Amino acid sequence: MNGLRKLVDNIKPNFEKGGKFEKLHSTFEAFETFLFVPNKVTFKGSHIRDNMDMKRAMSVVVMALIPALLFGMWNTGYQHALSTGQEYTLMEAFWFGFLKILPIIIVSYVAGLGVEFIFAQIRHHEVNEGFLVSGMLIPLIVPVDVPLWMVAVATIFAVVIGKEVFGGTGMNIVNPALTARAFLFFAYPSHMSGDKVWIEGMAGGEGIVDGFSGATPLANAASGLMDKLPSTWDMFLGIIPGSIGETSTLAILLGAIFLLYTGVGSWKIMLSFFAGGLAMGLILNGFATDTNPYMALPAYQHLLLGGFAFGGIFMATDPVTAAQTERGKWIYGFLTGFIAILVRVLNPAYPEGVMLAILLMNVFAPLIDYYIIQGNIKRRLKRAKVAA
Amino acid sequence: MSLFSSKDLKLLTNPLNVDNPITVQVLGICSALAVTVKVEPAVVMSLSVLAVLAFANVIISLLRNTIPNRIRIIVQLVVIASLVILVDQVLKAFLYDVSKQLSVFVGLIITNCIIMGRLEAFALGNKPWPSFLDGVGNAAGYGVILILVAFLRELLGSGTVWEYPVFEKLGIYSIGYENNGLMILPPMALIVVGIIIWVQRSRTRELIED
Repeated sequence: MNGLRKLVDNIKPNFEKGGKFEKLHSTFEAFETFLFVPNKVTFKGSHIRDNMDMKRAMSVVVMALIPALLFGMWNTGYQHALSTGQEYTLMEAFWFGFLKILPIIIVSYVAGLGVEFIFAQIRHHEVNEGFLVSGMLIPLIVPVDVPLWMVAVATIFAVVIGKEVFGGTGMNIVNPALTARAFLFFAYPSHMSGDKVWIEGMAGGEGIVDGFSGATPLANAASGLMDKLPSTWDMFLGIIPGSIGETSTLAILLGAIFLLYTGVGSWKIMLSFFAGGLAMGLILNGFATDTNPYMALPAYQHLLLGGFAFGGIFMATDPVTAAQTERGKWIYGFLTGFIAILVRVLNPAYPEGVMLAILLMNVFAPLIDYYIIQGNIKRRLKRAKVAA
Repeated sequence: MSLFSSKDLKLLTNPLNVDNPITVQVLGICSALAVTVKVEPAVVMSLSVLAVLAFANVIISLLRNTIPNRIRIIVQLVVIASLVILVDQVLKAFLYDVSKQLSVFVGLIITNCIIMGRLEAFALGNKPWPSFLDGVGNAAGYGVILILVAFLRELLGSGTVWEYPVFEKLGIYSIGYENNGLMILPPMALIVVGIIIWVQRSRTRELIED
């Protein structure tokens, strides 16, 4: 470690004011703070700086995503083997998925960080770490067969339009990773929906077992094929076709425990998100008729299907785009889950509503905060008057 | 005296850049979003607006001393509406297909804020010749943005320019390229206009607001 520190200190003057590579200052700083906790000190007033700066918080989220990622890799291989009628061992399946998913991760990071570095250089900002998480989220919410250039285009679009136009990390209104997914969904619908894209190689159609359907459980449920749904246990474990990292509720819950243990994710949003989804599911159950079996799907199964858990744990809790006030978080989370299931069941055009629900509530989050704060101010003013 | 004094020339060129009706004054956005899926209707729309705005400006400018102040909006509307009907009839006679595509948006030129805005702000207080130039300049500024947005949207959304299959001829589809469906949807027009505004403002210092 000391050797590394020395190396960094040795080349540092080149990037300071007046140095050879002064222009690349923000790039250098990004790498330095990535390696070491910054030694910046404040001079005015008394400030205690927590070691838990943004870079570290982001690393925690990336770590929390690892169970879902690993499971996604295995599931990719497993589903491929299933569709082609082969038998893969655990390692074979994992390795197959690893080779398919790694390029998506690399493309997402290179494209996104490239944009971030360019903007940081132009604006003379520090490079912000926000993309560390977005770059990992994007591969986890796309189908495994998505062409890499589409991932790159969507990532660049999301970082530029979703984030940089508002002023960079911390200023964005909507979640960048979901912006990327929404972009893909509306720009290239044939690669983002249907029953061919979720399993590697299925769109090519070679060597696929006769009669094998790659439809996700959600798609089956939306078209009323209730008998084709996998068992609840399979849904929970995630041995179903779907976007790469979103299938396994178990792996996502492991991540959630880690997020809650480190205090990075908000338990209020997570809890109210699931409560909202459950509530909507129960309401729909109440109105279910024989003609629409989807509405009768048990509410708890909704929480296991599709991207619901993934969205609730990793997307809705994004501290930048979620509501900031404590009471606002309850409202925000509840409505997000509520609307997600509403869109999922009642809008046939969108089999999955989590993405749209979170994006919608991202836009409403500042409004929720505004009214919570105004309400607080009013109540306190009232109290002050009574005392006087 | 030359036909274009430097002041007159400014009337023509300013709306193309620092005083652009769409990107700076942010007027006439609705039609800019609606007719920019393809280049052809965008060009026809720009020409229609050009004709209406130039002649309306001249007519109002000629009448400016006789129009009673209190009913000026009604007079303006009558002039615009007559011109729009003329344009609409011409389109229907000679460019029936495009007029079908533009459908209601030709009629809606009447409510285009740029036209009312120029009549109110310029033609009512200036002589016919400068008014004519102002009308042409503003319509051109509108048209430039419209055609630029339409060009980008048609190229990226349908892979064509003026119905000519550019990408197909270049063979880009065979290496895995696909048309961007989002470009055809209205939100993308808003985003493209936004990007144009962004680029313009960061290039032109005087437009940057604090």
